[in-house]
Amino acid sequence: MSAVIVRRLLAFLATLLATSIVVFVVLEVLPGDPAQVMLGVDAEPDAVARLREKLGLERPTTVRYFDWLLGFATGNLGESYTYSVPVLELIVERLAVTVPLALIAMLLTTIIALAAGVFAAAHHNRPGDWGVMLFAQLGIAMPNFWFGILLVLLFAVTLGWFNAGGFPGWEDDALASFQALLLPAVSLAIVQSAILARVTRSSVLDVLREDYVRTARAKGLSKRAALWRHGLRNALIPVVTVMGLQFAFLLSGTIIIENVFYLPGLGRLIFQSISQRDLVVVKDVVMLMVAKVVIINFVIDLLYVVIDPRLRTAR
Amino acid sequence: MTLLAVEGLNVTLATDAGPVAVVHDVGFTLDRRETLGIVGESGCGKTMTALALMGLLPEAARTAGRILFDGEDLLAADEARLCSLRGDRLAMIFQEPTTALNPVHTVGHQVAEVLMLHRDMAETAALAEARRLLDMVGLPRAAERLAAYPHQLSGGQRQRVMIAMALACKPDILVADEPTTALDVTVQAQILDLIGELVRELGMALVLITHDLGVVGQVTDRVAVMYAGRVVESGPTEAIFAKRAHPYTQGLFKARPSHAGQGRAAGTAARLATIPGLVPDPRSPPPGCAFAPRCPHAIEICRRPPPLVAIGESHDALCHRVGEWT
Ligand SMILES: Nc1ncnc2c1ncn2[C@@H]1O[C@H](COP(=O)(O)OP(=O)(O)O)[C@@H](O)[C@H]1O
Ligand SMILES: [Mg+2]
Repeated sequence: MSAVIVRRLLAFLATLLATSIVVFVVLEVLPGDPAQVMLGVDAEPDAVARLREKLGLERPTTVRYFDWLLGFATGNLGESYTYSVPVLELIVERLAVTVPLALIAMLLTTIIALAAGVFAAAHHNRPGDWGVMLFAQLGIAMPNFWFGILLVLLFAVTLGWFNAGGFPGWEDDALASFQALLLPAVSLAIVQSAILARVTRSSVLDVLREDYVRTARAKGLSKRAALWRHGLRNALIPVVTVMGLQFAFLLSGTIIIENVFYLPGLGRLIFQSISQRDLVVVKDVVMLMVAKVVIINFVIDLLYVVIDPRLRTAR
Repeated sequence: MTLLAVEGLNVTLATDAGPVAVVHDVGFTLDRRETLGIVGESGCGKTMTALALMGLLPEAARTAGRILFDGEDLLAADEARLCSLRGDRLAMIFQEPTTALNPVHTVGHQVAEVLMLHRDMAETAALAEARRLLDMVGLPRAAERLAAYPHQLSGGQRQRVMIAMALACKPDILVADEPTTALDVTVQAQILDLIGELVRELGMALVLITHDLGVVGQVTDRVAVMYAGRVVESGPTEAIFAKRAHPYTQGLFKARPSHAGQGRAAGTAARLATIPGLVPDPRSPPPGCAFAPRCPHAIEICRRPPPLVAIGESHDALCHRVGEWT
């Protein structure tokens, strides 16, 4: 068991290193002088030279790569050109919005999707199944910002229970900050849970056809007990896989939902730094997003091992 | 006394192409401690019959007839009643021990679960009993194996675990659906002997399903030969081995492994002869006798439904031409 984990860990670190090289090289080989790109074509040559100096662009590529890598280890990511603050500070500030939002949305997604998916599978080809599938179809077809706007109209404008948007900040008002994330989280969760519910349903249906579920019934377990005790855990592998993809998506910051609700999340940071050509921020944020996907995949891999004992023997 | 009486059992499966009748008018009885073999080629409705006994037919199945277990009609019983009987008084072993065990639970847990369910045992007591059962079915190092997962065992060992699970509550009837078909030839005989021994020891009745007549001769008191969803011949094993009245039974005899007479261990399945042709598709059954298209003795009359002819003491065959060929 531990041998398997050690091997996955090594693979994880190797992947992380490889992606850092790819991210670095891609931005390196982009045509044009980064300083010139950041300042625009009309910039004074003096200003460009000063920025090159400041960014250390004169140093050899490998030195800059390792410097950058070291920056991740030590938290020294350089300074944003447009915001004139350390990139780390900028990212942490945005993550304080995006991570809780992703967690709440994922929690809602998981609860809704597992309940609806298992319910639909247990009522296969009966009205309960059709009802869930109809809602899932609607949830997938409708764009999430549309749900967001509907929620704002209902809960903020008509009922006045929530603010229509904005984010007060955790230090200033933790409760209001939490509330500010609820409607966007629900808008995100509606679409995500519709997708995940479909995956859960079909996975549970597949498992219910397995021989060992019939064995469980032959032991005297009721249909429901056989499903919960013998079906669900086996059905989780595809569900967990999709959950990983969804969580990675949510953690990337969701530009549209953040804009609908005026949330200062990671999605808006990326959007802004790209439109302002702040390459320092772009490079770090891209690396962060790639790293996050790799980390989530690593965690999902470990979850597979927890779920399925056949994966525990090193092969 | 009669423990199980199956009367006029019909099973029809609803499919996209309409209803398909896979079991027709099957009837047999089973006394306490009696062993019955159900024999026939693949696709003859043996598994469907077994699943009907357990109340585990697929959802698409519709049934008619009666299955009287201790006087109670199982086909009319509600789900809660069936759940209380399954695993406790009726138990089943399946053909594929590899897929029949849950890959994510330990074998100890899977055996103990039956005891916790029907005997109200706490987990520790149930696991202790599971260890004893695994010992009983001859699983080596049973105590260690409680914590093993199915993929860590061989095919024969997995089938032993299935047997332990099925026998945990000392059922009245054990239904074994081709319990050795998926196993290595070398362990087939061991598993069969084990089932025979335990059934005798625990005083259970056994329904042993197989496509191999040689297996039946060793273990069972009575035989029902099934073809295309019907029992075409049934009777005491000795009587049938002495005089097979139905041409299909005769065909199965000729198709037995070459050394069947000299003990099963040598049964390395060199077939002497096979019955030409295939089992009919239940979606388009032939008119009259279903075996007629493959039967060497078929004549014009065989296009009409055959009568049930008494051959001897509780020995019957479903054939127009009983006694007219040798
Ligand atoms: N789920 C199903 N849907 C339609 N036909 C089926 C299904 N399961 C089995 N059958 C058909 O029912 C017949 C009897 O099958 P079965 O009882 O499994 O035969 P046996 O166990 O004797 O090999 C076969 O013709 C098979 O094709
Ligand atoms: Mg079968």
